[in-house]
Amino acid sequence: MPTGLLTDLTIFVLSLLVGFEVISKVPATLHTPLMSAANSIHGIVLVGAVLIASTAHNTAGYILAFIAAVFAGMNVVGGYAVTDRMLQMFQRRPAKVVKDGEAKDGQS
Amino acid sequence: MSGFDTVVKLIYVAAAACFVLGLHLMNAPPTADKGNRLSAAGMLAAVAATIALIANDSAITATGWVVLLVGLLLGSGAGLYMARTVKMTAMPQLVSVFNAVGGGAAALVAVADFIRLSDSVGAGAITPRVNITSALDVAIGAVTFAGSVVAAGKLQGLIPGRPIVFRGSRPLNALLALAVLGGGVYLCAGPHDLWALMLVLAAALVFGVTMVLPIGGADMPVVISLLNAFTGTAVAMAGFVVDSSALIIAGALVGASGGILTKLMADAMNRSLANIIVGGFGTGDSSVAVSAEGFGQIREVSADDAAIQLAYASKVIIVPGYGLAAAQAQHAVRELAQVLEQHGVEVSYAIHPVAGRMPGHMNVLLAEADVPYTQLIPMEEINPEFDRTDVALVIGANDVTNPAARRAGTAISGMPILDVDHARSVIVIKRSMGHGYAGIDNELYADAKTSMFFADAKAGLASLTSAVKALVGSG
Repeated sequence: MPTGLLTDLTIFVLSLLVGFEVISKVPATLHTPLMSAANSIHGIVLVGAVLIASTAHNTAGYILAFIAAVFAGMNVVGGYAVTDRMLQMFQRRPAKVVKDGEAKDGQS
Repeated sequence: MSGFDTVVKLIYVAAAACFVLGLHLMNAPPTADKGNRLSAAGMLAAVAATIALIANDSAITATGWVVLLVGLLLGSGAGLYMARTVKMTAMPQLVSVFNAVGGGAAALVAVADFIRLSDSVGAGAITPRVNITSALDVAIGAVTFAGSVVAAGKLQGLIPGRPIVFRGSRPLNALLALAVLGGGVYLCAGPHDLWALMLVLAAALVFGVTMVLPIGGADMPVVISLLNAFTGTAVAMAGFVVDSSALIIAGALVGASGGILTKLMADAMNRSLANIIVGGFGTGDSSVAVSAEGFGQIREVSADDAAIQLAYASKVIIVPGYGLAAAQAQHAVRELAQVLEQHGVEVSYAIHPVAGRMPGHMNVLLAEADVPYTQLIPMEEINPEFDRTDVALVIGANDVTNPAARRAGTAISGMPILDVDHARSVIVIKRSMGHGYAGIDNELYADAKTSMFFADAKAGLASLTSAVKALVGSG
């Protein structure tokens, strides 16, 4: 087995384990934003799309690169934007509630 | 490796670190948005570095630049528009669409790279490494693309949500799986044959469709999580193909997150993944209206009586289900909760893991309606609380409250449920005595301490709110 593949495989397996470790601590409240954030992260495939665009030199190559760029661009920009929108909903809450709850200061 | 290449590789390392730290910051709501922005910053750096790299190499043609930049602009614009305008009830569809395009892009990267290599170095010189990872990337990416498109269609109602099973679908699936496998093995054995890769692509696309079609609407939280894991894996495989550690790391992180959520969701329904994929379970989203007769003793309650119970309680737990979101009643429920809180009643929300159409969906729907996340309590934490609760108010939730799950021999046996029946009294807001997804009677409704308030969730909550207001003399 070539060393390059072996190195990549090592990176893959270790990243999987890091992922399990980090993500299993995310509370259920945030599971939808988490999935959406993970979705934006796989938008990294845009790097792949850029690389294939750089080597394309015929019609088939250009078409494939174009579709890949559209797909990946949609994925990465849309993913981060919608995740941010959702997380802002979780941000503004606590302060507002204290304000709303009449004379129940300090109570959350 | 030139100095420039080294810098780019270092930026990839930094980006990967941003992704991991970003996900880590998501383990608490107050820091979660910083996490997402950190992750976005890493992404921006990685993409910018890659563009700088190809500009520096100057291998890209002018047409290549146009194709890349126009495609990127179009895609980003569409993505941004969807992200800004999507309703929170439609989040599962959007996530499915992003899964589809991510998986699709990953598959395309492998196909394009494969064609390029065939043209440039000649088929014989290509290493098995490229063949194997290309086959895997195309297979997983294509299944994800087609499957996610079907899932999004089902969620959006463009394709019926009920399980679609046709004669011979199982043998067809087996045949398709065999075709994917056959094409893949042929490639791995050495011959660098574009037609073999096309066979894998075509069979995987059809397989994606036939895999998701028989899965019912309420199993969607599992399906979306699974497809999310697939997308991550496909992107990681694309990383093997183009030899980019950034793709491998990011893809593996997503694969792990999808895997964890898939397991959590399947556990929360007490069904194995295999059972869900085989499909055909339940009736989909539409519940069949069943008359109250022949159901045993049920007690109906008026808005005024229900309001008295609520207003004189000291602790109320609200149990929202997808029916609440379907009726767009999130704001109505928050209003009722606020009136009760101002009257000194302690209010919290019991969130079942599969409430909604994707993992954690109900939390987002309520957060959007200004419900503080500190009041959203997951199942394991809230279940002991029901014993100390005066009124459990069930809105649009059915199977997840059915005590029949504790007994053996029912369709939902063993499914973890909310212990709603432990509360001193229960009020259920429901349009009719219709069944939930599992298609069985809910024994909770026949319980002596349960009263049924037959109304549409939104209208019912509004009348409850005004009744409570009239009672406590505020507003």
